[in-house]
Amino acid sequence: MAEVQEIPKGPQTTGHVWDGDLQEYNNPLPQWWIYGFYVTILFALVYWVVYPSWPIGQGFLTGVNTITYTNSQGQEETWHWNTRAKLLREMQEAAVQQRPWYERISQMPPEQIVKDPELMGFVRSAGRALFTDNCAGCHQAGGSGKIGHYPNLTDDDWIYGGTFDQIRETIMQGRNGYMPPFAEALSRAQIDALAHYVLSMSGEPHDPAQATEGKALFHSHTAACYYCHGADGKGRQDIGSANLTDRIWLWADVPGAPDLPAKVAQVRQVILGGVNRGNMPSWEGRLSPEQIKVLTVYVHQLGGGQ
Amino acid sequence: MMFKFKHEALETNTGLLLVATMMAISIGGLVEIAPLFLIEDTTEKVEGVRPYTPLEQMGRDIYIREGCYTCHSQMVRPFRDEQLRYGHYSLAVESKYDHPFQWGSKRTGPDLARLGGKYSNEWHVQHLIAPRSVVPESVMPNYPWLMENRLDYADIGQRMRALRAVGVPYSINEEEYARNVKDFGPEMAAQLHIPNARESLLAQVRAGNYDGDPSFVSEMDALVAYLQVLGTMVDFSKIKPETLVKFR
Ligand code: HEC
Ligand code: HEC
Ligand code: HEC
Repeated sequence: MAEVQEIPKGPQTTGHVWDGDLQEYNNPLPQWWIYGFYVTILFALVYWVVYPSWPIGQGFLTGVNTITYTNSQGQEETWHWNTRAKLLREMQEAAVQQRPWYERISQMPPEQIVKDPELMGFVRSAGRALFTDNCAGCHQAGGSGKIGHYPNLTDDDWIYGGTFDQIRETIMQGRNGYMPPFAEALSRAQIDALAHYVLSMSGEPHDPAQATEGKALFHSHTAACYYCHGADGKGRQDIGSANLTDRIWLWADVPGAPDLPAKVAQVRQVILGGVNRGNMPSWEGRLSPEQIKVLTVYVHQLGGGQ
Repeated sequence: MMFKFKHEALETNTGLLLVATMMAISIGGLVEIAPLFLIEDTTEKVEGVRPYTPLEQMGRDIYIREGCYTCHSQMVRPFRDEQLRYGHYSLAVESKYDHPFQWGSKRTGPDLARLGGKYSNEWHVQHLIAPRSVVPESVMPNYPWLMENRLDYADIGQRMRALRAVGVPYSINEEEYARNVKDFGPEMAAQLHIPNARESLLAQVRAGNYDGDPSFVSEMDALVAYLQVLGTMVDFSKIKPETLVKFR
């Protein structure tokens, strides 16, 4: 080994010297860190014993704790502690805490729930959470919807009806409004005439001559629009055909169109292509009957429930 | 500690270093692999779980290709808040045919394990092309090419063969086909039959029209078909919750 100059201060070296002058520092980990590390190993050993963990023979270490919950027959059952059992019990405990609320809600008709300020406080907070998790992706956070895609739930225009029963049915079963495309059944001129008539029904600007022609078509057997939208154009809630006489639109973005040709184009595109996109999923099975009831009242309160 | 152990002893002794390294690695291996031998006891005995159809499997491969798992997990943990938000907690058996599974631990976006049926196909298409058009505050990237790319399903047979090799019950002969008829019913068995893979893929696209554009088979068709089946195979209304407790 060659003679090397000692590094006067600073960290120790390992003592090795290569190539005459290459030395390696020796920086041991701090003691507190090392002991901390040993403690984590000890912790793991204790954890293995206390919680379900290590496979042994045919089974595994089940831990020292047990947990008791109620099974579906209503009997108490005890099992070694695990997260599923803990969840089951927590849900049961929460159900007990919320039971007074849900019991009142499930026994009361919605008409009375809305009159009870205390219950409505519960509905508003539980309803908002449910709505944000499940409905807001489509109907938007406040329920304002998206024209051309998802109906606005805050107005008093209801495609399928705004009574408690109708709203509940919508949420439970889902909805799938269907209007056939008319691109092949009708000529372009006929469709334009119909578009002007549709605009005239809600007092939008339109061409009166074309609208008169469209009116005849609307009530004729050729187009048979009246069959679904009704002779008065107010729509039928059982099949979800839109009310064409109000100024609230879902599929044709008439309010967003700047001038008459653009408004006609919007309506024309709906008549040409029909509507087969309005798919509201069914929530029965995904949400409990109580949750659906809370949502029904919540949605009813968002806008002009009827 | 009682004894004085210096790392120098390890670092200057190749043989000892080798033995110690192997010990450390085999402990890690044991912890991760040993529980697999008990898989019979941890996989719940529950009906309904089946392999993915060819179209769903293609969609799954696109899901992995696009790295959706970097932001989305597929594992509802047995916690109350998760169960309230996403639905029933995930079962081990539900990822029985997943290679690789998509449990994940990174949630920039929500968990997708119970996504199937929550939204319409139309919503998925729109949300994947432009997430912010439906969820204004979303940070999810746009995936417009899914709608434009033709789905390349020429190798679907090979993909299914590879999965079969690791234990997914896709069938290649009459005997396996008959077994699938017994296990999954005749309609599903036909879809899981490798020689029919392309025809059943096309048939599912025609029947489902997932992307709303019937003119050609897009990658969107496959991805949406996959998203719509997530978490829908097990009917939890038929299962008593306490039976699942016994598998942990
Ligand atoms: C996938 C998107 C989507 C989701 C999620 C969704 N909806 Fe809808 N919803 C729609 C569409 C589309 C319509 C219109 C259906 C039609 O016109 O045929 C609709 C219609 C409705 C209606 C009827 C409106 C009317 O004017 O009659 C109500 C009420 C409603 N949804 C409530 C809800 C609630 C509550 C939730 C959450 C549990 C929800 N929706 C989740 C898409 C969705
Ligand atoms: C088979 C029944 C049916 C027939 C026939 C029909 N419609 Fe419709 N129409 C509907 C339904 C249902 C909707 C709403 C779909 C929804 O909300 O999901 C609708 C929506 C519309 C809308 C969009 C309203 C809005 O709010 O944006 C217009 C415009 C319209 N129809 C016009 C017509 C005209 C004009 C005809 C005749 C050529 C016609 N419809 C024939 C069922 C029908
Ligand atoms: C950069 C992270 C990121 C990536 C990558 C990403 N997402 Fe998302 N995703 C999000 C966020 C954040 C949300 C919540 C906001 C929203 O709905 O857009 C979300 C929401 C979703 C939802 C709605 C879930 C629900 O229950 O409301 C679906 C479905 C989805 N993503 C699918 C996908 C798919 C499929 C991919 C891959 C093609 C993907 N995501 C890639 C971040 C991401």
